[in-house]
Amino acid sequence: MKMMKGFASAMALTVGLTAAAQAADVEVLHWWTSGGEAAALNVLKEDLKAKGIGWLDMPVAGGGGEAAMTALRARVTAGNPPTAVQMLGFDIQDWAKEGALGNLDATAATEGWDAVVPPALQAFSKYDGHWIAAPVNVHSTNWVWISKAALDAAGGKVPETWDELVTVLDAMKANGITPLAHGGQPWQDATIFDAVVLSLGADFYKSAMIDLDPAALGGDKMAEAFDRMTKLRSYVDDNFSGRDWNLASAMVINGEAGMQMMGDWAKGEFLKAGKVPGQDFVCIRFPGTQGMVTFNSDQFAMFNVASEDAKAAQATMAAAILSPTFQSAFNVVKGSVPARTDVPNDAFDDCGKKGMADLAEASASGNLFGSMAHGHAAPAAVKNALYDVVTAQFNGEYADGKAAAAALASAVEAAK
Amino acid sequence: MAAPAEVDFRTRLQDSLPRLVLAPSFAATLLFVYGFILFTVYLSFTGSKMLPNFTWVGLENYRKLWALDAWWIAISNIAVFATLYIVICTAIGLTLAIFLDQKIRGEGLLRPIYLYPMALSFIVTGTAWKWFLDPGIGLEHTMHLWGWESFSFTWIKDRNMAIYTIVLAAVWQTSGFVMAMFLAGLRGIDNEILKAAQIDGASNWQLYRRIVIPMLRPAFLSAFVILFHLAIKSYDLVIALTGGGPGRATELPATFMYSYTFTRNSMGIGASSAVIMLMTIAAIMVPYLYAELKEKP
Amino acid sequence: MSAVTQDTAVRTGRVTRTFIYLVLLLFALFYLLPFFVMLVNSVKPLAEITGGNMMALPRTWTFEPWHSAWSTAQIGVEPTGLKPYFINSIIMVVPAVAISTVLGALNGYVLTKWRFRGDTWVFGLMLFSCFIPFQIVLIPMARMLGLMGLAGSTPGLVLVHVVYGLGFTTLYFRNYYAAFPTELVRAAMIDGAGFFRIFWRIMLPVSGPIAVVSVIWQFTNIWNDFLFGASFGDQDSQPMTVALNNLVNSSTGVKEYNVHFAGAILAALPTLFVYIVAGRYFVRGLMAGSVKG
Repeated sequence: MKMMKGFASAMALTVGLTAAAQAADVEVLHWWTSGGEAAALNVLKEDLKAKGIGWLDMPVAGGGGEAAMTALRARVTAGNPPTAVQMLGFDIQDWAKEGALGNLDATAATEGWDAVVPPALQAFSKYDGHWIAAPVNVHSTNWVWISKAALDAAGGKVPETWDELVTVLDAMKANGITPLAHGGQPWQDATIFDAVVLSLGADFYKSAMIDLDPAALGGDKMAEAFDRMTKLRSYVDDNFSGRDWNLASAMVINGEAGMQMMGDWAKGEFLKAGKVPGQDFVCIRFPGTQGMVTFNSDQFAMFNVASEDAKAAQATMAAAILSPTFQSAFNVVKGSVPARTDVPNDAFDDCGKKGMADLAEASASGNLFGSMAHGHAAPAAVKNALYDVVTAQFNGEYADGKAAAAALASAVEAAK
Repeated sequence: MAAPAEVDFRTRLQDSLPRLVLAPSFAATLLFVYGFILFTVYLSFTGSKMLPNFTWVGLENYRKLWALDAWWIAISNIAVFATLYIVICTAIGLTLAIFLDQKIRGEGLLRPIYLYPMALSFIVTGTAWKWFLDPGIGLEHTMHLWGWESFSFTWIKDRNMAIYTIVLAAVWQTSGFVMAMFLAGLRGIDNEILKAAQIDGASNWQLYRRIVIPMLRPAFLSAFVILFHLAIKSYDLVIALTGGGPGRATELPATFMYSYTFTRNSMGIGASSAVIMLMTIAAIMVPYLYAELKEKP
Repeated sequence: MSAVTQDTAVRTGRVTRTFIYLVLLLFALFYLLPFFVMLVNSVKPLAEITGGNMMALPRTWTFEPWHSAWSTAQIGVEPTGLKPYFINSIIMVVPAVAISTVLGALNGYVLTKWRFRGDTWVFGLMLFSCFIPFQIVLIPMARMLGLMGLAGSTPGLVLVHVVYGLGFTTLYFRNYYAAFPTELVRAAMIDGAGFFRIFWRIMLPVSGPIAVVSVIWQFTNIWNDFLFGASFGDQDSQPMTVALNNLVNSSTGVKEYNVHFAGAILAALPTLFVYIVAGRYFVRGLMAGSVKG
């Protein structure tokens, strides 16, 4: 018992104050470890270097940040947290609740963040009214990537409603290709589910996914959403389970499949394969969700650092992250859009420009929502409970949409 | 005979030296293994979420744990997985060892081929296995390209069969190691006994069944301990091959515990599943250890 | 501890022998298959992989992926390749293996030749520690390392690997030394030899085979560990497996499978080397020690 008490008090201590890396260095834990995204982050590193701040890199990839979050827990428990940590959505709020994060209010005031960062993002970057994290980008997740050739063969009309989507998918099926390229991993299933729920109405999405209203979660509309998932499942080939998302993208690129429903990071795969937006492939919002955006946003949460030098370095890093030049440079490479709405769109391609315009429009009209699939609608326990039901349903576990909706309501209730 | 004081001291030092040498290892074990187990047991009675906290909630976590479908799936999966894995590895290991013990030309080449998978982690081989098992790019696809159109191998995509692909990959990794253990056991058997039995007219089959295999008992036991411990700890394998899917069909207790502790921010439930796992291991290993250690003088 | 003997009393006919060779070869294929897939795809250009047959030999041979994985691939923000992490791993693995093996030898020696009341209990407790799932020790271990000032350092990782390897090394040496005639030790004691002298002069010279087993076991486990490396390593001490994982597992980047496979083989080379070089002593060591229960 003594050890545990010691453990508890030591934990309280280390969460409070910390000996971080050397003064004027920043230690950064992140999972952008390969290819373009890591190169993009290097832009930030070079930028800080020019300002005399060293960068201690601490990359841990795996499971969309899961491995990095485990490593972070070990680091914080050991009393040795990094200066800045890449984080998603509710994780930021959870760490803030533990009192482990620093305060960026001064930087935010100087840089005028309150005016340029969309409020839906601020909900994650602020805790208790104080800035604790610097958002890097906004990914929107309700995109559909359609092969132009396959679309032309299927009538050529870009679907704008659910019924039109079904028509196009049927036509693609008749043409002998896999209509929908999809990878059967829980987060991918949930990404489609997000879009399907949103297509049934922005209010419905908000009450079910964000407010977690049991009536919405278990109701008829949700049953309809699950029925639509079953319909979509019928357009997916039989080898889908476990497939990585980029292999699904490759199916669309190679002409084996007609379309993929995936976040904006899929664009990189198309570009890398030498495809041109508008010419070889089209990017549209999931039919029925035009003008609405579900997002996830990578942010750098700033941990408590002890010395004044370290605090200064941290503040400089935060300011650099939200500077328009970095936002533009990074997001052009990453495929996402800037986390502030006043960045010039010159450097972005068609899909990127469209993404920026959509984001600004959705933010203005109140149709910008956190993505459930990507941890921006509800905390991790709820998100994973939803994954369980959505994935099981997509794999044919429940008798009908009603049963799945009932299971969803009770799973979410249990995890709350 | 009265010993001088100095000798007495030296003898005493000599007497306690062995224990002094053992002490650091033992102390480390007590702290880093048993201390941490106690800590985990304690955590399982608390409402810990993202980090340990110390609000007592009694048996709440255990109640929640047993109400979770995923936990039941994990339990039934480990039963299937561990049984098949241990039985198949032992069978293949024994067969290969017996065959390899027949004055085989090229043994020196075959042995490392059988052994090498143990040297690789699943972070390394996971992708290769995943490809191989995937019907779209792997074995099935290749067979189709080679003209065998009706060939079908879709286990990894099938909720009911996916767990067997985990068994397959696990067997691939360790059966060679088991082979080495049996081979060592076979090489340790005195040939005179076998020759005597043959003179008595025993057939090869009888020779192995009646004499050789019973003499391999220690090798069977060692193999069991190693395989059991690997089965319980199997984690990388599942993550690399199926990520627990399709759906939750290949969830094992180790992956369950990790996901509840670290990704679902339910450390209390994760700890309670760890306690159940430890109790299961103890229930199987303690009688074995007891019997093994008691037998010896 | 006689030499490995090929001599066996069993006689087999021609048909049986053919069958035996066939089975042995089939299994050899089974074991080699994944490695073949990795090797063959590591020398293909990416386009050939995504569009083709995974078993086919490359149409265009390229060694660029190997070069990239070793020294230019992006691992984190810097395009360092796996090279620096390879060195980190070596610096961590060598002392961890050496210390755990030496301690295991000493423990085995005490537990068999200097027995005391309760020694089986001590051994039983240490042995049971082999079965602890590592995920549960992560958080308390992090706290202990923090208290000892070893968090995020190579010595910290060495400590962790030594602690959780001791159960196995002790088991190996204890079983091995148990078969060693205690009379020899007694005789040496009567001649006035002390604890360490007996260990050094009598036990160590015959410990070769089991030391090989212990080293192979520890080397493989520590080299391949990811969980501890990712949690307790930092900037200067992250091991190879973490880097490989960073290379292979990036979530939203383009997947360069040929580079991944080349990196995977590079990461596996040291353990493969140890198995192939020491493999022939491995069976001998197992034979002499651990399988005798």
